[in-house]
Amino acid sequence: MEFAELIKTPRVDGAILHRPFLPRVEGTLCLTGHHLILSSRQDNSEELWLLHSNIDAIEKRFVGTLGTITIKCKDLRIIQLDIPGMEECLNIASSIEALSTLDSTTLMYPFFYRPMFEVLEDGWHSFLPEHEYTLLSAMTDEWRLSYVNKDFTVCPSYPPIVMVPKSIDDEILKKVATFRQGGRFPVLSYYHKKNGMVMMYSAQPLTGTNGRRCKEDERLINATLRPGKRGYIIDTRSITAAQQARAKGGGFEQEAHYPQWRRIHKSIERYHILQESLIKLVEASNDQSHNMDRWLSKLEASSWLSHIKEILTTACLAAQCVDREGASVLVHGSEGIDSTLQVTSLARIILDPQSRTINGFEALIEREWLQAGHPFQQRCAQSAYSNSKQKNEAPTFLLFLDCCWQIQHQFPCSFEFNEQFLIVLFEHAYASQFGTFLGNNENERRKLKLQQKTVSLWSWVNRPNELEKYFNPLYEANSLVIWPSVAPQSLQLWEGVFLRWNRSSKYLDEAWDEIIHIIEYNKDLQAKVNALRRQLAELQTDDGELESP
Amino acid sequence: MEHIRTPKVEQVKLLDRFGSNKSVIGTLYLTATHLIYREVTTVNPKEIWIMHHHIAVVEKLPLTTVGCPLAIRCKDFRVIHFIIPRERDCHDIYNSLLKLSCPVKYDDLYAFAFHPKKTEYEREMGWKVINLTDEYSRMGIPNAIWQLTDVNRSYKICDTYPTHLYVPKSVSKPIIVGSSKFRSKGRFPTLSYFYQQKQAAICRCSQPLSGFSARCLEDEHMLQAISKANPNSHFMYVMDTRPKLNAMANRAAGKGYENEDNYSNIRFQFVGIENIHVMRGSLQKVSEVCGTKALTSNDFLSGLESSGWLRHIKAVLDAAALLAKAVGYDGASVLVHCSDGWDRTTQVCSLGSLLLDPYYRTIKGFMVLIEKDWISFGHKFADRCGQLDGDTKEVSPVFTQFIECVWHITEQFPRVFEFSEAYLLEIHGHVNSCQFGNFIGNCQKEREDMNIKHKTHSLWSYLLENQHKYLNPLYDPNLPCVHEVIEPNTVAFNLKFWRSMYHQFDKTIHPRQSQLGLVLSLSEQNKQLEIEVKKLEKKIIELGEKPRTVIKKESFHLVSRLSQTLKTTDKMCKERQSTPGANPIRTVEGGNIPEDGCKDLKPSFSKAEPTLVNLEHGMAKMTC
Repeated sequence: MEFAELIKTPRVDGAILHRPFLPRVEGTLCLTGHHLILSSRQDNSEELWLLHSNIDAIEKRFVGTLGTITIKCKDLRIIQLDIPGMEECLNIASSIEALSTLDSTTLMYPFFYRPMFEVLEDGWHSFLPEHEYTLLSAMTDEWRLSYVNKDFTVCPSYPPIVMVPKSIDDEILKKVATFRQGGRFPVLSYYHKKNGMVMMYSAQPLTGTNGRRCKEDERLINATLRPGKRGYIIDTRSITAAQQARAKGGGFEQEAHYPQWRRIHKSIERYHILQESLIKLVEASNDQSHNMDRWLSKLEASSWLSHIKEILTTACLAAQCVDREGASVLVHGSEGIDSTLQVTSLARIILDPQSRTINGFEALIEREWLQAGHPFQQRCAQSAYSNSKQKNEAPTFLLFLDCCWQIQHQFPCSFEFNEQFLIVLFEHAYASQFGTFLGNNENERRKLKLQQKTVSLWSWVNRPNELEKYFNPLYEANSLVIWPSVAPQSLQLWEGVFLRWNRSSKYLDEAWDEIIHIIEYNKDLQAKVNALRRQLAELQTDDGELESP
Repeated sequence: MEHIRTPKVEQVKLLDRFGSNKSVIGTLYLTATHLIYREVTTVNPKEIWIMHHHIAVVEKLPLTTVGCPLAIRCKDFRVIHFIIPRERDCHDIYNSLLKLSCPVKYDDLYAFAFHPKKTEYEREMGWKVINLTDEYSRMGIPNAIWQLTDVNRSYKICDTYPTHLYVPKSVSKPIIVGSSKFRSKGRFPTLSYFYQQKQAAICRCSQPLSGFSARCLEDEHMLQAISKANPNSHFMYVMDTRPKLNAMANRAAGKGYENEDNYSNIRFQFVGIENIHVMRGSLQKVSEVCGTKALTSNDFLSGLESSGWLRHIKAVLDAAALLAKAVGYDGASVLVHCSDGWDRTTQVCSLGSLLLDPYYRTIKGFMVLIEKDWISFGHKFADRCGQLDGDTKEVSPVFTQFIECVWHITEQFPRVFEFSEAYLLEIHGHVNSCQFGNFIGNCQKEREDMNIKHKTHSLWSYLLENQHKYLNPLYDPNLPCVHEVIEPNTVAFNLKFWRSMYHQFDKTIHPRQSQLGLVLSLSEQNKQLEIEVKKLEKKIIELGEKPRTVIKKESFHLVSRLSQTLKTTDKMCKERQSTPGANPIRTVEGGNIPEDGCKDLKPSFSKAEPTLVNLEHGMAKMTC
């Protein structure tokens, strides 16, 4: 094992751990290939097990021979370790640094992790495209499964199985793929049962400066329209950005070639702008010394809530086109792997009650994010503290989860899962013992043999003991479309993530426990009343039978 | 009635506040007390009732092709835009509202015309709900050290103070009289709250007339007596709630603040809360920001910042927290004042007491707190709320700010208040409505002169009758934390914009399902179910059987939910319907009827870009 080479000092005694709102812990610090462990070696006392991959940045400083390492995690927590001995401290710091930035994916913890629990249902098989298709076929026969991408040659970032209009054969798909960036031809994202309208996603068309067209592309998306009906193309770039994309070979659908489609441009930011937004927001949230004006101005300067508003507005628009206008919708930006997926998945949450259940939401993450080729490994490589040069990092997925939280906050009874579930997904997307979020697309995941070599997050989450933590006690299935408000006054900072380590939530947690208690107690009482009524009814009929003769 | 020339106008258009194209047509009615708007639709026409006294500003905007726009801003932050087809009607309505919303004499206020179905006895009892003498004895006053003084019996010494005042036994009448002459408006130091556990007192007064060098031995004696009245501390704090600069400027006018050299054993401190004019301007800016069409997130945040409103809220909360800490932890007495001692002083004393004493966090106790610190000590409600036509420079949201501070505390401590947000909003609404007599006038003397207790009804009995609406289902008086001194966290990120207050009537931007409402109805249902269980058990025992006990199935909801969520909920629905008081409680508010959802959605869209225009926009751009 090459880990041993990286660990110069595997053990230090007398280390002290400082964490926000928790008492300090003194104990022995151990470094393993994947974890930083601090144990006080006393019975029933807490230990710290921190995945190296959760470490975003470290800082070290010395006072005499006492070294202090500040560890900033991807889940936004900041902890501090006091380590006696300068050499030990330097060794520990350099080891953590090396171990938290391993280059090879196959050296990551999921490949070494063995589950300590019994796998009841293998999460790798929980959400198969065939299953989704079975559900779809019950509603419509206009769609089919295509295996055109089974060896990932048509589109490297698509899954091997996609859903396309029945009237379009694989040869057409291949041609369309050459007309869309990265081969991402339009595929089905969501079928709206109520009116049979659909939502699709793709990448931008490669029209270039001379306005190239592709008859097959037009045929493909026109196949989703009802006779005489129009569709909407939602382009997640501004019109200027879309025009500029033509110079680089990209572009947008020309009206002349797509007369039945109306194009709407809704600008959603992406890449480093979002990453900077996250960095600024976290920096602002972590500073307790800010006065009111400074806090508000920093919150504003981060633009995080503006991004939330942009994304939600566009998702509402897409949902509105489907549900209100009764039109089919195609969503794309440039590559179709970031803002596009935010919009389609959020629109689905607005429209589809099933996606607001735990199982449905997991299926949504699996289909609309993992299978759809959102590059998790690139986007989530670093979080808010990293000072290394940004490459492909962006909190695209965190923004999506935040938007979900905003909707959940406005409809607290319409989601089967609670806020904790969203937070867990955020944590695991950035650092995890499970293989689910490794790799950037299905193709990479197959090459890494994740199914065979790692455990799926869903295998763990879906066990009853674990699942229990994520149920929303207020949930009552709501089969309706839920329209969130996107007014700035309605959008709030997601305190559960951004203020989580910055203030005690004791009183709020107690309040939540009491809510659960009231609901549970209500159920108990209902059951009791029903049982007593039954008993009374039985007694009365017994009496009646006795008396009647 | 003489002000109403046109009692009814038809075909009036109500515009959406946020500028969506959606508007409704209805009829406008003007009554002696209300402005009423009724939609003309066949199904469920909506009605809007606005009390004249709630109207803060009426504006006639420039004539348009469709009619004459009339904008109304209310004291409870409702904003309404009408378009009245004929200019003449608009003019009449406008003039009537100007007169009706701002009467020139107290007799014209609604309270004197409000006659609910109550007997004279009930009305009188309503005024006896709160007795401040009882409240002081609850604190343990009078005791060996503090006593009641009759020095202000007929408002001789200070006409804005109540008649019943408590001072240390050791101060004689001449001392009080002397001290009051050295204090602005005669408001001498007197007891506001007594913290029994530590024998520490919160006292209040107005600024001393110290100028640059004047001193007053009686006043010095007075402060020393207050300090000495606390056996646990050898000093006391004097908290000047103004910014230092303001206090210093006052010295030029012969007023000012205590010179530490002249007073023995005091620790003097400024806490820097701005004056009523700054607060008025600040809230004005908040209202402007909230009403902006097509508001972006960044404009909202920068507007909020530049208004300074949350900064002011933080200043008041910080001062209250400081006060509570000094009294509750250090056990020191504190004398609080500002300029006249009826705005900032009132805010800080009442909030400090609320943090210290769990009683004030109950429904009844909160009334007592308002009655004591706000009403009896002469917070100028008439001037601050603009009850009568008068100096608009005297209007200021001092009480609104207090109510908001309480809300911030309830947000941080969701289980220690007996009441919910609804209670705060109700009280705030009635402070401005002038429907009840409690808040009419500027001080106790004025209210006595007006014979308020004989001519009007009291809000407190109304609130007590309706208290089930204001309950906080998470409150439990048996919790240990309920009885502690609470310390709010005032780090900036804890203070949020209070949507339920400043957008009270803009339903579209609120959460569509109310968590609190649901929990409240469940906890009420639980009470009924408990009774039902007892009743059933009794019947079964009467029939000579033992009531069956239900085995608590811990895993019941889990297992079944895992496999088939829908089935479980169906089942639970059925069971619920068969039990008493089981109303369909989890109603989806808004968003349930698709048509509604559309309405909900559209305004939010149009804020960014109107959806329709946007679609066209997209089209137009495609050709370029």
